Amino acid sequence: MEIFGIPIQAMMGQLLIGLQNGAFYAMLSLGLAVIFGLLNIINFAHGALFMMGAFGAWMCMTYLGINYWISLIAAPLAVGAIGVVVERTMLRWLYQLDHLYGLLLTFGLALIFEGLFHNQYGSSGQSYPVPELLQGSTNLGFMFLPNYRAWVVLASLVVCFGTWFVIERTKLGAYLRAGTENPRMVQAFGVNVPLMITLTYGFGVALAGFAGVLAAPIIQVTPQMGSNLIIVVFAVVVIGGMGSILGAIVTGLALGLVEGMTKVFYPEASTTVVFVIMAVVLLLRPAGLFGREK
Amino acid sequence: MTRNQAIGYGILLALLMIAPVVVYPVFVMKCLCFALFACAFNLLIGYTGLLSFGHAAFFGMAGYVTGHSIKVWGYPPEVGILAGTIVAALLGLAVGWLAIRRSGIYFAMITLALSQLVYFFCLQQSWTGAEDGLQGVPRGKLFGMISLEDPLSMYYTVLAICVFGFWLIYRTIHSPFGQILKSIRENEPRAISLGYDVDRYKLVAFVLSSMLAGLAGATKTVVFQLASLTDVHWHQSGEVVLMTLLGGLGTMLGPVVGAFTIVGLQNYLAGFGSWVTVITGLIFVVCVLAFRRGIVGEIEHRFLRK
Repeated sequence: MEIFGIPIQAMMGQLLIGLQNGAFYAMLSLGLAVIFGLLNIINFAHGALFMMGAFGAWMCMTYLGINYWISLIAAPLAVGAIGVVVERTMLRWLYQLDHLYGLLLTFGLALIFEGLFHNQYGSSGQSYPVPELLQGSTNLGFMFLPNYRAWVVLASLVVCFGTWFVIERTKLGAYLRAGTENPRMVQAFGVNVPLMITLTYGFGVALAGFAGVLAAPIIQVTPQMGSNLIIVVFAVVVIGGMGSILGAIVTGLALGLVEGMTKVFYPEASTTVVFVIMAVVLLLRPAGLFGREK
Repeated sequence: MTRNQAIGYGILLALLMIAPVVVYPVFVMKCLCFALFACAFNLLIGYTGLLSFGHAAFFGMAGYVTGHSIKVWGYPPEVGILAGTIVAALLGLAVGWLAIRRSGIYFAMITLALSQLVYFFCLQQSWTGAEDGLQGVPRGKLFGMISLEDPLSMYYTVLAICVFGFWLIYRTIHSPFGQILKSIRENEPRAISLGYDVDRYKLVAFVLSSMLAGLAGATKTVVFQLASLTDVHWHQSGEVVLMTLLGGLGTMLGPVVGAFTIVGLQNYLAGFGSWVTVITGLIFVVCVLAFRRGIVGEIEHRFLRK
């Protein structure tokens, strides 16, 4: 069976890879959006923390013999803890300043993290095996579905929509949204806003760490794995606009799919298509698809 | 320009004139190219309040165009540099036209993303030599007379180009146009309500800045006879931000001081491999947390406030 002269297996395979990349974009841009909402900081270190999540899983396996499933919880917690320390010791001092300083500080942090790992492990990749339970693939009749890729998409969807649910539908989320609108008022009502900010940053970067562990078995674990990804995620964030949580998730997944399609029909453009879409969106709807003009 | 400032600039110029006698000329030329690059960048961040995180695109692209036109088309160096500068300005027009639709953090992200687009473009094109870059670009003869193979004539050519760029930036900042840019930086809504077409001023500043960044990149290609992917990579964009931040945002000489410091530091630390990245990151963090005025800004604040 063929669609536009492309065998359907090849097409579905690329679409699945696209969907899986979209899942990473969604998780990372969701983290960025949550952090930006409350801290007004664009976390440039997000890519480096994604990388540290992947390395965390690899280190758990190599040095401690801890398996994938425990790493999936432990590594994001560790990354989140690093985030909490960063927020408490550094970001805290920047809230009164121009937002750009937050970008510059986290850029510096990204360089430090990347440099340290590069120093220790070099630029060649470490490989991380697919966990036994998810090896192999399932025959869907029209294509073979690799189990691990399916798991990545599923896990990230659960995490993304879980986050959406907590923020939009629970009391905790209501505090968070109120804090985004007017932190001083929320503080006046007796909510510990500084603690909330710390935990939000910790949670946002833990999401990046989680994405990193998910990525470890499919992408080579290298110190640079996060930095190229984060620039694409920035473009995703510009396209979606950071006003809405659901918007970040949907835009991420959709752009992953578009990128996958591009790989099928015009492979030369697959690395740049997201940036081109960003340019078009800027022309037609400068605030982003789901953004609000502030 | 006050008398003291004129004397200061005079001394600096004199020092640069005699520098190649004392210091390795290629090192000073590298510093000068980056100083011009950082000054061009500072025109945006320091005087217009726009943080472009994609200036390497103009720097690197101009380098490629210059390298290609000299090496393959056989242009003389001055025409090659001019071609690189013009292409950088046109690229700046396109990028700026898109990016000024958003401000603040979004502006930084958009410029970064578009420069990544330029990076991939350079990676895929054949005329840029992809991974290898353009190597062995001949320096040629300036105006068909002066051979730039001679290190000293190369040095004074670079110095002249950089002094010209610096003068252009100085004139821009101290013109009515520059004052309007500053008013946009300080209070954009007020500038709009005073009737200024803010977007047009931003765009002109952006094109000017990318053009001068291109001039710096083009000159660097002639000096090193090389145009490579390093110059279009986002690391380079980050580096120029750091130079300006370390030297002092919004000061005339800050970017120059920052560029000399960072290039010197990299030269000194070249043997330490990836520790350079870590140290660069640390300087970033320290500058943002505790040293936001930068070297020149701090000196001005301490000693020169009336």
